[in-house]
Amino acid sequence: MFQSTLNKKQFNILHLAGIYIHIPYCRKACHYCDFHFSTHFDTKERMVDALIREIILRKDFFSSPIDTIYLGGGTPSVLSSEELSLIFKSIHQHYALSTTLEITLEANPDDINDDNLSLWRSLGINRLSIGCQTFDDAILIQLNRIHRANDSITAYHMARAKGFDNISIDLMFGLPTQTEQQWIADLELAMSLQPEHISAYGLTIEERTVFGNLHKSGRLTVPGEELQARYYEQMMTMLADKGYIQYEISNFCLPGYKSKHNSSYWNQEKYLGIGPSAHSFDGSNRMWNDANNMTYIKKIESGQVPYTLETLSLKDRANEYIMTALRTKEGITLQKLTEELHYPEEKLRGILPWLVQNGWIEQSSDQISLTSSGKLLADEITLKIFLN
Amino acid sequence: MENIRNFCIIAHIDHGKSTLADRLLEFTNTVSKRDSKAQVLDDMDLERERGITIKSHAIQMDYIYEGKKYILNLIDTPGHVDFSYEVSRSIAACEGALLIVDAAQGIEAQTISNLYLALGQDLEIIPVLNKIDLPGAMPEEVKDQVVDLLGCDREGIIHASGKEGIGIEDILAAIITRIPAPKGDPAAPLQALIFDSAFNSFRGIEVMFRIFNGTLKKGERVKFANTSKEYFADEIGVLRLEKEPRLQMEAGNVGYIISGIKEAKEVKVGDTITHKDRPGEAIQGFAEVKPMVFAGIYPVETSEFEELRASMEKLQLNDAALVWEPETSAALGFGFRCGFLGMLHMEIVQERLEREFNMTVITTVPSVQFRAYTTKGEMILINAPSDMPDPSSLDYIEEPFIKAQIITKSDYVGPIISLCMDKRGLIKNQIYLTSDRVELTFDLPLAEIVFDFFDKLKTISRGYASLDYELIGFQTSNVVKLDIMLNGEKVDALSAIVHREKAYDWGKRLCEKLRELLPRQMFEIAIQASIGAKIISRETVKALRKNVLAKCYGGDISRKRKLLEKQKKGKKRMRSVGNVEIPQEAFMAVLKLDQ
Ligand SMILES: Nc1nc2c(ncn2[C@@H]2O[C@H](COP(=O)(O)OP(=O)(O)OP(=O)(O)O)[C@@H](O)[C@H]2O)c(=O)[nH]1
Ligand SMILES: C[S@@+](CC[C@H](N)C(=O)[O-])C[C@H]1O[C@@H](n2cnc3c(N)ncnc32)[C@H](O)[C@@H]1O
Ligand SMILES: [Mg+2]
Repeated sequence: MFQSTLNKKQFNILHLAGIYIHIPYCRKACHYCDFHFSTHFDTKERMVDALIREIILRKDFFSSPIDTIYLGGGTPSVLSSEELSLIFKSIHQHYALSTTLEITLEANPDDINDDNLSLWRSLGINRLSIGCQTFDDAILIQLNRIHRANDSITAYHMARAKGFDNISIDLMFGLPTQTEQQWIADLELAMSLQPEHISAYGLTIEERTVFGNLHKSGRLTVPGEELQARYYEQMMTMLADKGYIQYEISNFCLPGYKSKHNSSYWNQEKYLGIGPSAHSFDGSNRMWNDANNMTYIKKIESGQVPYTLETLSLKDRANEYIMTALRTKEGITLQKLTEELHYPEEKLRGILPWLVQNGWIEQSSDQISLTSSGKLLADEITLKIFLN
Repeated sequence: MENIRNFCIIAHIDHGKSTLADRLLEFTNTVSKRDSKAQVLDDMDLERERGITIKSHAIQMDYIYEGKKYILNLIDTPGHVDFSYEVSRSIAACEGALLIVDAAQGIEAQTISNLYLALGQDLEIIPVLNKIDLPGAMPEEVKDQVVDLLGCDREGIIHASGKEGIGIEDILAAIITRIPAPKGDPAAPLQALIFDSAFNSFRGIEVMFRIFNGTLKKGERVKFANTSKEYFADEIGVLRLEKEPRLQMEAGNVGYIISGIKEAKEVKVGDTITHKDRPGEAIQGFAEVKPMVFAGIYPVETSEFEELRASMEKLQLNDAALVWEPETSAALGFGFRCGFLGMLHMEIVQERLEREFNMTVITTVPSVQFRAYTTKGEMILINAPSDMPDPSSLDYIEEPFIKAQIITKSDYVGPIISLCMDKRGLIKNQIYLTSDRVELTFDLPLAEIVFDFFDKLKTISRGYASLDYELIGFQTSNVVKLDIMLNGEKVDALSAIVHREKAYDWGKRLCEKLRELLPRQMFEIAIQASIGAKIISRETVKALRKNVLAKCYGGDISRKRKLLEKQKKGKKRMRSVGNVEIPQEAFMAVLKLDQ
């Protein structure tokens, strides 16, 4: 009896609460991106009003203070100082905030300038995520990015100079025409900047994007599976050499600099998503807002939040736990899986030894986590462990 | 009884049986306009999707002819050769048959084979020239063919179009005036022949019968002659569009009984229902089915074996041509070795198990039945490659041969003969039915025709060939067992028995085909074909190098979960052997070596 309450507590050591705010505007549409955004800014003002109304409408979402705020997009760095200030003001007004708040802003290099940096700092933003993607100008052009490699580097140094001491940069690999040398050069340059955090995503060709169309009609070639795997392996060794910890499949940090906000997605923590297409999780339900700026605004203006709700079954929760936890460094806690989520133990006994023998998974007492070769096959392994 | 007429509709596939049945049902107001739809008797989803009849379907109509009321029991039958067992049982419940002939196609192979089935039971045949509305109809020519075949009066052939509703009244009149009323004695001991049955999850087991003698009343104590099992006739009735309960049914009629039977195995088509207290003799049942193809059916989840058995028993109620017995495979565990009348039959069984009983199953490489003779003189039936005795104790093997009847246009005789020669066939006969239509007869190894022969035949004859076949016996043959190994482990469910001359070529092509069909997995897969200990071919499926989605979309965990769950579902159709996941298509690879 005593034993089991103790264990329950262990599972939930940290209880984080986070707010995500989606800013659905971009100055230019990247050819690979299928996140929700618009390049027409005419609704921006109304949108900010709507975001603030949603912040108020959903003020009772949490029962504990907020630990993280994350402005993502789209491109949150396109917001004016007034707009940003209003958003922050309403959060401060309506939510209890923890004392160790992590506030992240996704910023595009071309938006990073002295004024903006000052503004962001004055609002309490203490973490920047800079969308560098690559330091190769020819590839940046192909991706339809506005900025060039030099803009990224300048922006980075400016942010540092302004006192930002927790900077993350986004990189992508497996890009069209990208050679292994180019990728290594990107990594070297990124590391030379010594950011606290690096997110590096293998390019996913999404159907409803320019790349998706070009790829389908055979007019776009990207490095094949073998190369992608090599790029990924290169990255893991190079970053580890420089002391970066791979705490999630695509995320690396110097000790002490995990993204608290993103970690809450992977640790089944509660989060509230504000804005069109934003996702929320309250511990048992997932909700996602309509991904359309006008319908979102109109619905909010009428006093309602336009979301779809899905209540997770025990099986859903087990599968989500497997899928997200397996991607993290800590991996899956078996006891949590079998006791809290009722995953059948005999099924584990049937697959784990084989996954361990083949070197895809490491097991230490009650934890299983992916090895380097396992990380390359994460989805395949997730499928093996998934419940039907 | 003199006002009852029992008849079936028989024809070659697609000659319009079910459409004509629609018109008869409408004309007699058996089906209201509201319930009416094309081929209303094809009520199984599979029948509607494929546009063919799979099951015989009995239905009762009322019709007033010259002031007198008649009860007409119609049975619509399938035309495809794989479902001929349905036809033969329907015929046993009737005194007459409408033989439908498509006026544009003329007489085809199953026109003849089904006619012979009906003549074998002394049915009165009413020839109907159907689809006369078609621009390509050749009424005079096809009537010549019918007269030649039946030796009937030209005038006795009814012109009809099921589609346009032409000739329906003539057909109804002919049914009443030409088909004899059933004979039988309502006062004699009860003899009712079971010709079909079905499992209904709400009502239990339904048994369809034709009463030859005696009278059956609701609530009576009945006995099944062959099993000696006794039941109460909880509900009896006639087969309308819905089942209609009756209190009493007499000799000559066709109907159903529901009697609280718990065990599907207790119901056998061909059995006789009689009374416990005044039993009649068992009626001669049906000839046993002779399966043409054998294949294993295995549950994808090994734990579902008993559930699969229960499902097969229930399915067998409604598919008397399905035969099976338990078997064990080293690779797949417990399953069933099943006999089918052909590849379509096999496909339908698998589909019905999945749709009607919610089973996910794997069907293994199909094979015909060989006979192996050991050096000790023993004969062993080989229904599965794994039944093959050790080469050291094997004396010789025989394989089944068939007599194939092919009806085609004279233009295609040449190519068809060379196709049959290529399939180790021997031409036996060639008759000109008319100046342009030829009937060819071959002796062929069943193994060569049962899989894809018909597709090839249709291709080379541009659709102008029909095929019918019957088993004629066994002949010595030089066949060998071809084994497949995946990562060094023999997968017995992928073995095949093939002619020695073709074995090397098959082995090579089978490995290539499997390489295409096996999805890449987390490790490399070596595919090897062997004859005995000798490896004759090898291919590899490379290991997956990378399968990881870069990003969990923001907080959008659901999207990725659903994506993966969908992939997981896709894998459900695969069976793991060792750690290799084998999709269903791989087991059928042997059949697709030419594609
Ligand atoms: N033009 C024309 N087409 C017809 C007629 N009767 C049936 N058809 C068409 O022929 C095709 C086959 O009709 P069915 O009634 O399903 O044939 P069937 O003999 O029951 O076929 P099976 O039961 O599968 O052997 C369908 O496309 C019908 O629409 C007719 O009188 N005239
Ligand atoms: C949706 S963006 C928003 C941030 C910012 N607007 C930017 O573009 O830098 C967040 C990150 O997702 C990653 N991303 C977007 N689409 C991707 C794709 N198709 N494949 C891989 N990574 C992608 C990029 O690295 C990008 O920095
Ligand atoms: Mg039909």
